[in-house]
Amino acid sequence: MTGRRGRLGLVSDVEEHRLRAPANLVSPRAKGLWALRAGLGWLVVLVGQAVPLVLSAAARPWLVATLAATAVLGVAHTAVMPWWRYRVHRWETTADAVFTRAGWATQEWRLAPVSRVQTVDTARGPLQQLFGLATVTVTTASAQGPVTIEGLDEAVAARIVDELTATTQATRGDAT
Amino acid sequence: MNEREWGRLNPLMIVVRPLNELLGLVPVLFAILVVGDVDLIRLGIAVGTVVLVVLYGLLSWLTTKYRITESRVELHKGVLFRQQLSIPRDRVRTVDLTAKLGHRLFGLSAVRVGTGKQEAKGEGVSLDAVTAAEADRLRQEFLRRAPEAAAAPVEEHQLSILDKAWYRYAPLSLSGLIGVGAVVGFGANLASELDLGLSDSGAARSLSAWVTSSSTAAVALACVVVVLVFSTLASLVGYLLQNHGYRLTRQADGTLRVRRGLLTTRSVSVEEEKLRGVVRHEPLLLRLGGGARLSAVTTGLASESGSALLLPAAHAAEATRVTDEVLGSRVDVTLAKHPRRALSRRLVRAVTPSVLVVLVLAGLSLTASWPTWPWVTGAVVLVPASVLVAFDRYRGLGHGLTPRHLVSRSGSLNRSTVALERAGVIGWKVRQTFFQRRAGLITVTATTAAGAGGYEVIDVGEEQGLALADEAAPGLLRQFLA
Repeated sequence: MTGRRGRLGLVSDVEEHRLRAPANLVSPRAKGLWALRAGLGWLVVLVGQAVPLVLSAAARPWLVATLAATAVLGVAHTAVMPWWRYRVHRWETTADAVFTRAGWATQEWRLAPVSRVQTVDTARGPLQQLFGLATVTVTTASAQGPVTIEGLDEAVAARIVDELTATTQATRGDAT
Repeated sequence: MNEREWGRLNPLMIVVRPLNELLGLVPVLFAILVVGDVDLIRLGIAVGTVVLVVLYGLLSWLTTKYRITESRVELHKGVLFRQQLSIPRDRVRTVDLTAKLGHRLFGLSAVRVGTGKQEAKGEGVSLDAVTAAEADRLRQEFLRRAPEAAAAPVEEHQLSILDKAWYRYAPLSLSGLIGVGAVVGFGANLASELDLGLSDSGAARSLSAWVTSSSTAAVALACVVVVLVFSTLASLVGYLLQNHGYRLTRQADGTLRVRRGLLTTRSVSVEEEKLRGVVRHEPLLLRLGGGARLSAVTTGLASESGSALLLPAAHAAEATRVTDEVLGSRVDVTLAKHPRRALSRRLVRAVTPSVLVVLVLAGLSLTASWPTWPWVTGAVVLVPASVLVAFDRYRGLGHGLTPRHLVSRSGSLNRSTVALERAGVIGWKVRQTFFQRRAGLITVTATTAAGAGGYEVIDVGEEQGLALADEAAPGLLRQFLA
């Protein structure tokens, strides 16, 4: 496939169509956040499975087996996912667009032109506060359009919000 | 009426609102009073309910008022929870006039105003109800852009009108089947609730005698015939109720207007400037019968509730014609196919669940003494059917660009083709699962303020999809391509 000739017959000067990675990494502390969050999630599942084991004296062997399998899965997920995610999660703001990549096994690029941005928010959950991190959410008029950047250093998040607010205020129209 | 003064809803609403509620309860009340054992408690409950409903109607009439100023529409309402709604007039995108049977007896109509905001159900400004004449005045008022323009009746140009021949597409939807199911379930419930003793009646006894004496095949055939007949009738009645008097017109004030309905009449006006596209729905049966349905992609209309309907189930050629008329350009272009690798994904996704079902059923027949016919039927019918569905889904995948629209088609049992205005695209999402990455495929979503908020191009080749997005909205994606 060449991708050089579009369906309208326009000749594209891009040799190969491939999305590049956004320029900036998130804060390295985000790895800790993701690991902690995954660990807590798995802990809930493990405790839920351990309760019947402890309560019933006649512990069934398959209960032990599923518990062990869950533990292995949980440890593997908690160990691998944060590193993988850290390599994937990236963001970039240009003069006219916000561009992010997120996920790990399943990855998603999101792109919103600054001219269509409606609100720019930051949020810090209790776990994020523990790590000094923040999430920036950029919404557009689309119900499916919000662009979120998770695991940013608080200072960086504040800077992005200031920048984006300044550029969006310069843009007129109802952004639909 | 002076436009600065507060208006009230029509006082008849004190009667109409409870009447609409009660009309829905008529079959139940009838059954209770005529057939069931009428005791004092039941009667008391029934009367009490009626009194409460009427009282609530009175209170909500007393507490609701609205006004239209130069720039805003304001509505105050609520009995227990006071609500004050105010929306700028220039944000009004759609006006929906609905008159239920109770409304129509008194010549009233409810007015619902949709704005560009994505609204949850029950939100938004709704005036329930004003006189039909006032409703029509409000419709023109809300969608009038220039304040000086005369409120005289505007010219309209007819785009489409109900054709009796379209009724043959009515049975090709599952709504009839669902309707029959609901009625049977409700009826059975009611019968057992009221101790009607149907099982003792003569008809029921001779029926059960016939069932026990006949062969399984005959009983099954009879069941199928009965269900088919009733669901066909139900879907025809449903089509009549919803689409009687259907008309699609283009008004001179720049709006599209859909009018339809037999008992509950409905008129939906959509501001054309904010119309972002059209979705063509072709569920499997309807598609095999050569029909299609259309709905509008626009802000201010909940896409599920049917208010976005542009054309009910009709001839496919008519659907194409109406689409072209509404969008003002041809969008039935030849669509580009997706890579062959998308077929394997469709196969895996369609066949895996049915294979799992068969395996579970087989396991149950081995271990839990279940009969063998469920998993044999599954293996013989379900698995091949899912393979066929997968092939059809792959055949359905396609995308294309016209000078003004992005076209994307997907689905088999519920095939839909969206033509989305390229100028209405306000961002992109590109998604790649682990397996898509290995197959070099992506799912591209064009986000928009209208309709579902985003429309997907599923399992398109990586380069193909990015080239499409780059070309559809020039200057946006280019800077992020490597």
